[in-house]
Amino acid sequence: MTGTTPKIKLRNVHKAFGEKVVLDGVDLDVGVGESVVIIGGSGTGKSVTLKCILGLLHPDQGSVEVDGESVVGISQRRRDRINRKFGMLFQGAALFDSLPVWENVTFGLLAEKRCTRSDAEEIAVIKLGMVGLGPDVAHLYPAELSGGMQKRVGLARAIASDPEIIFFDEPTTGLDPIMADVINDLIVKITREVGATALSITHDMVSAKKIAHRIAMLYDGKIIWAGRTESIDGSGNEYVDQFINGRAEGPIKMAVRA
Amino acid sequence: MRFSPAWARVISAPMWARRSETVINPFQPIGRVFLAFLGATGRLASFSFSAFSHCFRPPFYFRTIFSEMIEIGYYSLPVVGLTAVFAGMVLALQSYTGFARFSAEGAVANVVVLSITRELGPVLAGLMVAGRIGASMAAEIGTMRVTEQIDALTTLSTNPMKYLVAPRLIAGLLMFPLLVLVADVIGVFGGYMVAVHKLGFNAANYLQRTWDFLRAEDVNSGLVKAAVFGIIVTLMGCYHGYNSKGGAEGVGAATTNAVVSSCILILSFDYVLTEMFFSK
Ligand SMILES: Nc1ncnc2c1ncn2[C@@H]1O[C@H](COP(=O)(O)OP(=O)(O)OP(=O)(O)O)[C@@H](O)[C@H]1O
Ligand SMILES: [Mg+2]
Repeated sequence: MTGTTPKIKLRNVHKAFGEKVVLDGVDLDVGVGESVVIIGGSGTGKSVTLKCILGLLHPDQGSVEVDGESVVGISQRRRDRINRKFGMLFQGAALFDSLPVWENVTFGLLAEKRCTRSDAEEIAVIKLGMVGLGPDVAHLYPAELSGGMQKRVGLARAIASDPEIIFFDEPTTGLDPIMADVINDLIVKITREVGATALSITHDMVSAKKIAHRIAMLYDGKIIWAGRTESIDGSGNEYVDQFINGRAEGPIKMAVRA
Repeated sequence: MRFSPAWARVISAPMWARRSETVINPFQPIGRVFLAFLGATGRLASFSFSAFSHCFRPPFYFRTIFSEMIEIGYYSLPVVGLTAVFAGMVLALQSYTGFARFSAEGAVANVVVLSITRELGPVLAGLMVAGRIGASMAAEIGTMRVTEQIDALTTLSTNPMKYLVAPRLIAGLLMFPLLVLVADVIGVFGGYMVAVHKLGFNAANYLQRTWDFLRAEDVNSGLVKAAVFGIIVTLMGCYHGYNSKGGAEGVGAATTNAVVSSCILILSFDYVLTEMFFSK
């Protein structure tokens, strides 16, 4: 990755909500066409990191660059232009509940006038097929779907406009193991074949190992370890070891009173 | 343990000395409230400015504008109609009782048409629609905020102010005057019904008097008020919804705030506008 500009570059990103410091100097590079997975405990600020890159939250300090262009404190117009590069699967799917599924999926395409309303339905059915949903789902409303189905519609929406950069916030959470693997394959296909850059969050180590070129671990507001996926088992970092093996004992203390 | 009755402690350490920080600066809480007020006013002003500026810049979401116009204009008709007809009926009844004391019963028609077109039409319709539309807008947009749908809009090349707020503002501005026009007609009709069928007025006579006293200036002033109220109600609904936080409870608070603040603003702007129109 040296020499070329990374697709996304975070340097010393800080974010606090009131007294509560969530990000405390995050450094992260995601190369062009690379798939990076962020792992880390619940509430460590993984989703906040993605939102800082998308401009949904504003970092208190530090720099965020997309394609070498600084995106902190830029005008709304430039933000809108840069956000066209992104697709995002939200942790809670965040589907528009006033619109049917097909309109949800093609929302970005329609907004960018890249398809007409009459073509949109057909395109939506194709995209839904990619996430393992049948054409009959297209006319349902989000409230009529199960949690896992909503997640997959969210996924279809995130990839529908073939963005250069895709953020997946827990793509396989709430799916059965087989469907989770279908989604993993889809993410791999998008990054390896289409060449998109992906930044994902997951708690599922099987999924992480399958979809990631590199894995980064967020702990206590910082990236404490980042390395190639193959090297994670021999990382020699006791925090990482504890996390990927899911042990209650270790340096990471959970605030639980027994 | 030393004996120290409560009153002794109170005397030796009076109230104002115990919480030292409040003693040192009694203006601190006042200042805090004042600053919070200024902050809120500033946020509302910048929200309004941004909302209006999006009304004039493309893309325009005609589909949303249209469906909001239906929602505000058409579905509010029953509420507004019922309010207006009863307001007109009561007005006729009350003013008859009042004027009968001066043997001036003939003025009932004048009072009804004047009060309905200038005041009751716009204000009652505004308040009723504030309850209906302001609340539903705040709830809908608030839910979109707390379930990250507004964030999702941003990631799908759509400006949420333009997509959610501007169409509602435009629809409110256009539909409120129409609703008030309907309320005027129904209100005057309510007065007519009571006057003719209950108070024994001659129908043709009453209509003639109503017609003579119907002035374009009064109706227009009511419609201008209506347009202003339309902006107030939609703006408050959107503003509180857009800035709601913290799940279902936050959405509930946003809904309440939207309705209460629209009602207060409607009544205060009603005074300001009346002053502007009629106190020459
Ligand atoms: N809008 C907000 N206002 C206040 N605090 C927030 C906000 N968003 C996130 N936080 C706080 O930031 C911390 C990190 O949140 P975040 O959603 O990034 O966690 P996460 O790492 O994605 O966890 P999970 O794996 O459970 O999704 C949490 O403790 C949360 O309380
Ligand atoms: Mg999260």
